[in-house]
Amino acid sequence: MPETNETAQPETLVSVRDLSLDFDTLSGPLHALRNVTLALPKGRITGLVGESGCGKSTLAYSLIGLLPGNASIVGGEIAMDGLDLAHLRASEWRKLRGTRIAMIFQDPMTSLNPVTTVGQQMLDIQYRDRSSRAEKRAKAVEFLEQVQIPDPESKLDVYPHQLSGGMRQRVCIAMALLTQPDLLIADEPTTALDATLEMQIVDLLKELQGKFGCSVLFVSHHLGTVAELCDDVAVMYAGEVVERGTARQIFHDPAHPYTQALFECDPGRIREATRELPTIPGTLPDLRRPPRGCAFRARCPHAWPRCADEHPPLYLRDEGHDARCHLLDETEAVA
Amino acid sequence: MSLLEVEDLRIRYPRMGRLRAALKGEPHGFEAVAGVSFEIEAGQTLGLVGESGSGKSTIARTLLGLKEAASGSIRFDGQEITSASARDWARLRREMSMMWQDPVGSLSPRLKVSSLVTEPLRIHGQKAGRDEATRLLGLVGLPAEFAGRYPHQLSGGQARRVGVARALALDPKLLVADEPTAGLDMSVQGEVLNLLNEVQKRTGVAILVITHNLNLVRHITDRMAIMYLGRFVEQGPTEQVFGHPRHPYTEALLSANPEPDPDSGRARIRLSGEVPSPVNRPSGCDFHPRCPHAQSDCPRIVPDWTVEGERGYRCLHPL
Repeated sequence: MPETNETAQPETLVSVRDLSLDFDTLSGPLHALRNVTLALPKGRITGLVGESGCGKSTLAYSLIGLLPGNASIVGGEIAMDGLDLAHLRASEWRKLRGTRIAMIFQDPMTSLNPVTTVGQQMLDIQYRDRSSRAEKRAKAVEFLEQVQIPDPESKLDVYPHQLSGGMRQRVCIAMALLTQPDLLIADEPTTALDATLEMQIVDLLKELQGKFGCSVLFVSHHLGTVAELCDDVAVMYAGEVVERGTARQIFHDPAHPYTQALFECDPGRIREATRELPTIPGTLPDLRRPPRGCAFRARCPHAWPRCADEHPPLYLRDEGHDARCHLLDETEAVA
Repeated sequence: MSLLEVEDLRIRYPRMGRLRAALKGEPHGFEAVAGVSFEIEAGQTLGLVGESGSGKSTIARTLLGLKEAASGSIRFDGQEITSASARDWARLRREMSMMWQDPVGSLSPRLKVSSLVTEPLRIHGQKAGRDEATRLLGLVGLPAEFAGRYPHQLSGGQARRVGVARALALDPKLLVADEPTAGLDMSVQGEVLNLLNEVQKRTGVAILVITHNLNLVRHITDRMAIMYLGRFVEQGPTEQVFGHPRHPYTEALLSANPEPDPDSGRARIRLSGEVPSPVNRPSGCDFHPRCPHAQSDCPRIVPDWTVEGERGYRCLHPL
């Protein structure tokens, strides 16, 4: 058994409670997040898994206050050290972003400024620091070294387009960690990279997280990288967190039928070559009119009448492992 | 005779103007594909696997006549196509079709699905009425009412199905699928792969799948070829390559495909560094600077293609 601290209750850094978020659309409000409750423990990597449109990126962006203008938080709170991130003013967000909370985006080419050198961007991000230019430069070099960029000194003078995709993402990671944040949000940071580079970046994130001790929220649809990297996992479906637990609990004992179906679909889990791959029939519900009962009911192989009428709460499966599914209701099992 | 026979194909891209190259005394272009040979039988699926920049999409473009080959030969159905005339291409394009990478982006946003799927028929002067649209949609499992929709009203999986219908409209002999599942969710990927398998069973079309996704290759291809820096490093029946890779790059690529299990405990082979540029190839074996098994002769000797039964590889010290 590798070293774990699964039994000890780690302190919580950010606690999302009953968060609901709507997007204003021409055809009425779209309920993109519905009663999301999730805790990000200190010093651990939490994976946020789900398919497109499930709200995982929306949740990540709401944690750093980068929501688009038509988004409004209609309920709940995001607590972090006495602050409620769900209701911060723009000026308060500016004090948090880039200091206590940092983010790595999906496409490093578009998140770096194409007309400014890497070095200048790394100096700019330290604008709060009162140290001299030379000190800031030295710190930039130090962090490029941390992300294992060869010959970091010379890389300060290059433009992003002169670097390869993997190098660019390393620069983004270096910039995100430069201010030593408490929370690092990584939104699909390896999706734009090749397989061998993807593993390099995952290893790097793991190593740096251990070194700096920050909490990481890792958003991904790639189950393999999540299993490799994350300590805890939350699975989202149609704007809800449908299952939460440690990576071992989720991957070895998925409780929610959606999680089970998602794992079955992953070609990486199917060891024998087959020409008939499993799929999840049906489509996501329309989030303008979310269904009354369980959101997954229409596609669920185990659905029964109760699922149509009653919205399932998070039932406890195990210590630290719960899921939104009536099948886990113990009173039901007894009856 | 195979349906498609490619022999020692080389494809060059220009790097700078001819004048500038002459003044600097440097070569004008570089080889993005440097001597590739393979065959596809009718009804068979070949997977072309490699990381970005390995030249796999360049091969696809050349097969379809969108890029000229520098040398080598491509025979399709017995006909040499590197020297085909425009008139030959009109026929060849009916017999070879392409599924583009971006499912929604490859559909014109201003055309309805009915026009999109019958467009190839119209271009080649065939009947393209409502019946044809319904038939093609049926072929890919979409109900007829989709004919009236626009691409933005489709989900990724549905858009991909429309792409398959377009590619199959002219009853081709060869279908080139560039990253058929890129950008699709896991639950929809299987759907598209099942559809390709089913279509192949029904129509006997040969498929060339270009991808970096090894999971996909495993489930839909008969043979696979692994590319690195514009060359094949290994080729063979998919089962055999997965079962026992002979080239260290293949082994590393297979191992970089993480299993969704936190306790898989499998020792992974981590490659250091990145893919070198084809403009500046390493000496000797292309892969030696990143190879965990490199030995002293690897930087000096360019390995030959070694044939072993149904498979081949390019390595001095095979695994």
